[in-house]
Amino acid sequence: MTAGPIAIVGAGLAGLRAAETLRREGYEGKLTVIGDEAHQPYDRPPLSKQVLTGWVASHHTTLPRLENLDDVDWELGHRAVGLDLAEKKIVLDDGRDVPYDRCLIATGVRARPWFNEAEAELDGMFVVHTTDDSRALRTRLAAKPKRVLVIGGGFTGSEVASVCRMLDIDVTLVELAPAPLSGALGGVIGAIAADMQRDAGVDLRTGVRVDAIEGDERGRVAGVRLSDGTHLDVDVVVVALGGIRNTEWLTGSRLAASALGIGCDAGCRAFDGNAIVTDDVFVAGDVARFPHPIYGYQMMTLEHWRNALIQAEIAAHNMISAEADRRPHVSVPWFWSIQF
Amino acid sequence: MRVVVDLTLCQGYAQCAFLAPESFKLSGEEALMYDPAPDDAQRERIMRAVAACPVRAIFTEPAPGADA
Repeated sequence: MTAGPIAIVGAGLAGLRAAETLRREGYEGKLTVIGDEAHQPYDRPPLSKQVLTGWVASHHTTLPRLENLDDVDWELGHRAVGLDLAEKKIVLDDGRDVPYDRCLIATGVRARPWFNEAEAELDGMFVVHTTDDSRALRTRLAAKPKRVLVIGGGFTGSEVASVCRMLDIDVTLVELAPAPLSGALGGVIGAIAADMQRDAGVDLRTGVRVDAIEGDERGRVAGVRLSDGTHLDVDVVVVALGGIRNTEWLTGSRLAASALGIGCDAGCRAFDGNAIVTDDVFVAGDVARFPHPIYGYQMMTLEHWRNALIQAEIAAHNMISAEADRRPHVSVPWFWSIQF
Repeated sequence: MRVVVDLTLCQGYAQCAFLAPESFKLSGEEALMYDPAPDDAQRERIMRAVAACPVRAIFTEPAPGADA
């Protein structure tokens, strides 16, 4: 068994499950988990469902620890800002180094912000990705806004619209594609989702864009102008335009890291920029760009809960296994959503 | 206590919703909504739900002081 130390960058579902797997499979050496949020690893799916309805408090989605992780060095509230492949160390935002023998990168994604920075600063603009995001939006929904505008009809946007209707709040959902959810589910199922949304009272508008978000004299969201010329009075805007992969900190590291993710092999080992596989840097979760056998070994990222979990288990297993015992990440993409 | 349900495994058998109705609820006919941080007073009911789940989709951490 490798003596380590092992460092995990990213304290979400993938980072936590990797740490548990390392301990379960007998790794007893030094283990550091680095996370930029101050919170213990927490679960995100409830943040756009049970938390927004008010049933569950936003800070109540901390993930159970399935193994004893008391002896893990938790570097929470610290961002990794660099990776030095030659020196085998991770650089933290406060200047400290975390040396590693093996490291796992599971830095995930962040919410894509509204592109107009001045509009994004208005009071009443929200995204839903972190526990803090969800708490802020829940507070505003509980105050019964007049109308919520959701920009983007993917999973998060559609779930937010669903919660608004459960809370009897008027909601408009704007989606540029012909139907919501069509990116993941295609046009046929997307059309069914559109019917479900309209039946539930969502003012669904497809094939249009938001051209401008208007603020009042106190800097609060007051209205929006759509690309078809329509003007709507809204006091809350939820931007649900997907995520941006957290790979910028690897610029200059020589890893194959870009906006597309971090390239890795089926065993979760990262590629460098020349597509040479490393043997000490592993990748899992939303940032991992891996060859999927179901899709002809096309390189892809999958931003789904179960992918993060399974890939983290595979990566952690391979980090501490001899070559002959390594396993490929070949699981079928699965996901769920709860709406309407 | 902390609970997480792997909703890719959940098939909506709803045994948990019968055994621990304050913590597990069906949204519609088969979509499960649950409380990830139920009060410790619910532990016995939650553990019954964990044991009764036909697809073993419910995960909790050991009780404080229990062997991991």
